[in-house]
Amino acid sequence: MVTAVTSFGRSGTSDWLVQRVSGVILLAYFLFIGWVVLTGVDYASWKALFAQTWVKVFSLMALLSLAAHAWIGLWAVVTDYLTERLMGTTGNVLRISAQLVIALVLFVYVVWGVQILWGY
Amino acid sequence: MLQVSIYRYNPETDQQPWMQDFQFDTEGKDLMVLDVLEQIKAQDSSVTYRRSCREGVCGSDGLNINGKNGLACITPLSETVKNNKLVIRPLPGLPVIRDLVVDMSLFYAQYEKIQPYLQNNTPAPAIERLQTPEDRAKLDGLYECILCACCSTSCPSFWWNPDRFIGPAGLLQAYRFLADSRDTATDDRLSRLDDPFSVFRCHGIQNCVNVCPKGLNPTRAIGHIRTMLLTRAT
Ligand code: SF4
Ligand code: SF4
Ligand code: FES
Repeated sequence: MVTAVTSFGRSGTSDWLVQRVSGVILLAYFLFIGWVVLTGVDYASWKALFAQTWVKVFSLMALLSLAAHAWIGLWAVVTDYLTERLMGTTGNVLRISAQLVIALVLFVYVVWGVQILWGY
Repeated sequence: MLQVSIYRYNPETDQQPWMQDFQFDTEGKDLMVLDVLEQIKAQDSSVTYRRSCREGVCGSDGLNINGKNGLACITPLSETVKNNKLVIRPLPGLPVIRDLVVDMSLFYAQYEKIQPYLQNNTPAPAIERLQTPEDRAKLDGLYECILCACCSTSCPSFWWNPDRFIGPAGLLQAYRFLADSRDTATDDRLSRLDDPFSVFRCHGIQNCVNVCPKGLNPTRAIGHIRTMLLTRAT
């Protein structure tokens, strides 16, 4: 058993499932937004749309899915390519730095997103 | 004349690996790649590779032949040669010991991890543990693996994490014991595979299926393991 404390759910099975479920939520959300945009929006209708609680909830769900999806996907990428095996100690430094930056960016996006959704 | 190019590296004398070219006369015959190597070795005995059975049974001559992994002994020239060129390299991703011989330790360490032997904690019967023909049939397409490593060394996920990802060969064998009705260690086996690397580094690229000289399908076996893990965990 390989241990990995920085993976999303600490279990491959759980990460795999979260990745799939969040993917479906994101697809549904972007189809919804795409449909809204294609059928024509102006400021008033867009504001009215986002005044509804279900749209806020759906948006937050998509935002959290995006964060989880991005973390799991990018975590797999950095643990493939930024490793001690490939580049020695530099790999560890780069990987941990990259993980910190990614975590920070995702955290900021989530908080900022909540502020946008409920702040106006 | 067939243009043969062979990867050479002797760590005692060479700074770098290099490619040695040979002109080879097939005399119009459709030889196996191993026959070509044997005849070249008769001229230059320093060319080093592994082989034993020369009929696709032992798994020792897995090589990268014109860019695709396969067993030299059962790969006919007609199947691999294009533009009259034959380029032979060692299996990718493993340390080269010399010329076409790679160090398989990482590959075997992954195989060892999946505990490739029957485990049963019920008292042994007087004669043997029986299995229905249906249960036995579940092992078809799994037990035939000869551990040639053609699949794992063609898998990008195994190249990046050969110490943490079991790889297609090991996972095919893991499923061979998970699927065996006589094995009672299923739950322990699954627990050891649940981490983010052992199984889940497989991204379904299917290079493994594409190269297996025995026509086996590790991707499908990996899919079955994933289903077992999900069923157990939800
Ligand atoms: S699954 Fe096929 S390619 Fe992989 S080790 Fe077994 S026989 Fe070789
Ligand atoms: S299907 Fe999975 S195991 Fe096979 S080559 Fe692709 S990533 Fe590797
Ligand atoms: S020499 Fe045994 S498999 Fe090719």
